[in-house]
Amino acid sequence: MAAATASSFSIDEFLERERQKDLLRFSTAGSVDDGKSTLIGRLLYDTQSVYEDQVRSIEGKGTTAPGQIDFALLTDGLRAEREQGITIDVAYRYFSTARRKFIIADTPGHEQYTRNMATGASTADAAVVLIDASKGVLIQSRRHAYIASLLRVRHILAAVNKMDLVGYDEGAFRAIKADFSAVLDQIAADTGTPAEVHFVPVSALAGDNVVHRSAAMPWYAGPTLLELLESLPSAQQTHTAPLRLADKDPSAGTPALHPTDKDPSAGTPALHPTDKDPSVGTPAFRFPVQRVLRPNHAFRGFAGQIASGSIRPGDSITVLPSGRHAKVKRIVTWDGDLDEASAPLSVTLVLDREIDISRGDLMVASDAQATVARSIKAALVWMDQRPLDLGRRYLLKHTSQTAPAFLAAIDYRTGLAALDHVPAQTLRMNDIGAVSLNLLRPIALDVYAENRSTGAFILIDPESNATAAAGMITAAFSDPGAAADDAADAWGRVTAGEREARWGHRGGVIEISGPLKLIDSIERSLFAVGAVTSRIEADDDAFLLHPSLLEIVSGIAARSGLLALVVRADEDVTLAARAEGVEITVGAADSIQAVAAVHQLLHRTGIFISSEKADL
Amino acid sequence: MLVAETETPRQSPSALPRSSQPLSHLRLLEAESIHILREVASEFERPVMLYSIGKDSSVMLRLAQKAFYPAPIPFPLLHIDTGFKFAEMLAFRDEMARQVGAKLLVWRNEPAIAAGTNPMVLDTKRCCALLKTQALLDALRHYNFDAAFGGARRDEEKSRAKERIYSFRDAAGQWDPKNQRPELWNLYNARIHSGESIRVFPLSNWTEMDVWQYIHEEKIPVVDLYFAKERPMYVRGDALMPIEQSFVALPGERPQMVKCRLRSLGCSPCTGAMRSDADTIPAIIAELISFRSSERANRVIDHDQEGSMEIKKREGYF
Ligand SMILES: Nc1nc2c(ncn2[C@@H]2O[C@H](COP(=O)(O)OP(=O)(O)OP(=O)(O)O)[C@@H](O)[C@H]2O)c(=O)[nH]1
Ligand SMILES: [Mg+2]
Repeated sequence: MAAATASSFSIDEFLERERQKDLLRFSTAGSVDDGKSTLIGRLLYDTQSVYEDQVRSIEGKGTTAPGQIDFALLTDGLRAEREQGITIDVAYRYFSTARRKFIIADTPGHEQYTRNMATGASTADAAVVLIDASKGVLIQSRRHAYIASLLRVRHILAAVNKMDLVGYDEGAFRAIKADFSAVLDQIAADTGTPAEVHFVPVSALAGDNVVHRSAAMPWYAGPTLLELLESLPSAQQTHTAPLRLADKDPSAGTPALHPTDKDPSAGTPALHPTDKDPSVGTPAFRFPVQRVLRPNHAFRGFAGQIASGSIRPGDSITVLPSGRHAKVKRIVTWDGDLDEASAPLSVTLVLDREIDISRGDLMVASDAQATVARSIKAALVWMDQRPLDLGRRYLLKHTSQTAPAFLAAIDYRTGLAALDHVPAQTLRMNDIGAVSLNLLRPIALDVYAENRSTGAFILIDPESNATAAAGMITAAFSDPGAAADDAADAWGRVTAGEREARWGHRGGVIEISGPLKLIDSIERSLFAVGAVTSRIEADDDAFLLHPSLLEIVSGIAARSGLLALVVRADEDVTLAARAEGVEITVGAADSIQAVAAVHQLLHRTGIFISSEKADL
Repeated sequence: MLVAETETPRQSPSALPRSSQPLSHLRLLEAESIHILREVASEFERPVMLYSIGKDSSVMLRLAQKAFYPAPIPFPLLHIDTGFKFAEMLAFRDEMARQVGAKLLVWRNEPAIAAGTNPMVLDTKRCCALLKTQALLDALRHYNFDAAFGGARRDEEKSRAKERIYSFRDAAGQWDPKNQRPELWNLYNARIHSGESIRVFPLSNWTEMDVWQYIHEEKIPVVDLYFAKERPMYVRGDALMPIEQSFVALPGERPQMVKCRLRSLGCSPCTGAMRSDADTIPAIIAELISFRSSERANRVIDHDQEGSMEIKKREGYF
């Protein structure tokens, strides 16, 4: 039947071509009303990526002149957005050309929604930064360009939009190009991210130089926006290759993108899509453990997504922060074992020996280790209504782990107008700055400039649960002494907070009754996640003689920050556990589930303070 | 009835290139989805996967098998049964759950079904609110689920295009589109207060084309209704209405045999069929290339009001 549907068209050929396509993620950026959504709508429309019913549903609506489609309505999908004529949150759109697939994040320009712009840019390989030709470079253009640079979005496509409003004037384009190039250079000097930038004059409304070449701007012979997007290095190169330094020498004879399209206004190094920088070796293997898979006694595998580099059976790995070594025995997937796997594949690794590994650990190549640190410096983009509070505890989520962290100092806030470093007591929503953080336990990491996965984190407000900030690690110090000096008197009594900080849980009493073997497994599992326990047998003769003693003893343990396990062995088919007045009863037959239930109880009652669940 | 081009043995090497570089876009999407599935299973206490029987659910289920292999899927499946699902869909559902070895929960808003709720009497909006949204919220509350996977894709509809991968819902299950949590890199904020929950969309970045290509490459079984064959239909203008329970024929109206298929599966009264000859997956893909309208164009529910999907989502719909 396929043949009947399409005679000259071969589905097998089509599918084969689809298999070869790669994926590029890009986001938009720029000030409010610069035309980002209109540009994306135009791009989709001119590549025939929107369905007729979708076009029909927006005809005759929006802000444009009668008869002209308001393309922004294709992406501004919320009612509030259509009512106010602005973008509030990121819209993700998808399209594909003969060469590659694209994931677009169309972000809002309004300052109030900067966090949503950062959301869209964080996963992007390229950013299309718009500048309104009639307005020039605005403070919000600088903010967005700065954030894109901090996030190390590799390629900037600067689209000078609304050229129709300035009579398609080359001079206007050149002035903005000179202006914005200077800003980008300044930003690159500050963030340390070299900018690879390309300028295109466009009119999103009229469709000039978006997909089709403009007849109105004969003075521009460079590539259209779509041609640029099609020729950037692919997403996977961004994943696996470290960010390379741009060729900053504009006079270098780099081959042009399209042989015939020499941009006379060029000063930008031309792109070379298939180019691989020979100076860059293979990036180091990084594998954050998401989950331990243990379906039966014979199998124990570590599930995760390869963050960078690649791995083969036989390779030596080190588990951080513990520092234990092993060799990879198998790379397991549902489709069969692999003989090699590289980022960003999700796989399950089986090692050649039993070592203690749990969720949150980082496996690294033994010959290219990551840093284990309790003290870091980072660039922050603050995103919460509630300003940064020095000395308050936040939760730092990094790869597959969450650790409590204190903000020790604000090193500076970045002034966007002059791109200078301003002393600051706090960071407010949409502020960008540099901070020092102390973690309550060590984590394994890289700096963000070297690894976009193992160098990134978010801060979560533990009270509101809001995502308060995006962080990019700029330096890490493994000295554990640095973390201790903020709160406690060096010679005073040890406080509950200090114990909590070291052990990762509060003191408390949990009463458990059930089969002895299961109780042992529970104790073992608590030990495995680092809990400091004191096991108290309730049926001990001493407690039978003096019943009140049990409460006294367990109370002392809890006040010392220990987790007192008051246990009663019986041969019941259920397991009962009680802590802080909360009681649970679970079947004892499924020991894994019973153990998990006890861990959940400890989380629910707040005895375990980290947000991580013990992996079982 | 299960329809697959061949039997799907576990560990059949799939047609997608593996281990050789560069990775195809389907492998990249697969890797991202598996990461999300594993994160949720590890960070929430009681996750559940909404299983709606359609092609997206079929893909999501396969990804869950892959994510935890060789361990079983560590959460149950939940089907919200409106009572208006095609009979073939229910048989398929039970067979899939059995094959995969997953626990299947089925929830129906029995009081509303008993009261005769249907889209002809109520409007589609209120019918959906009772049979889908209310049923879903009741089920989530009943089982105390704190995270629920859904197979929705951002390319389906423009308010879905705005939604996070982890979509935060308040204690009433509602979405606040103007105040979503930032979502950076692949670091998902799983923190919630008790009563709140997260809807998770592992297929967020997949398109309709990606889904069909993946079904093809991975030989994933899908419901027979997706494939064209001669079916008795009531023909009203361009619309083809399937004969199912509850269909009210006009006086003198008779069903005719029409070669047709469904592009998207919903409730039978609100899901129109389309004339088609596409009776294999490659033929469906070929047809998809030629389409000029979106896959939800056949769903009455998205169109009865401007922004109706957004309104439903605010109220707690998936
Ligand atoms: N004349 C002219 N107007 C344009 C052009 N591009 C966009 N506009 C208009 O500029 C206004 C704002 O466009 P949007 O696409 O909504 O701008 P935006 O950058 O997405 O705005 P936010 O997302 O809210 O930051 C609309 O009225 C557009 O029609 C252009 O190339 N020429
Ligand atoms: Mg916009």
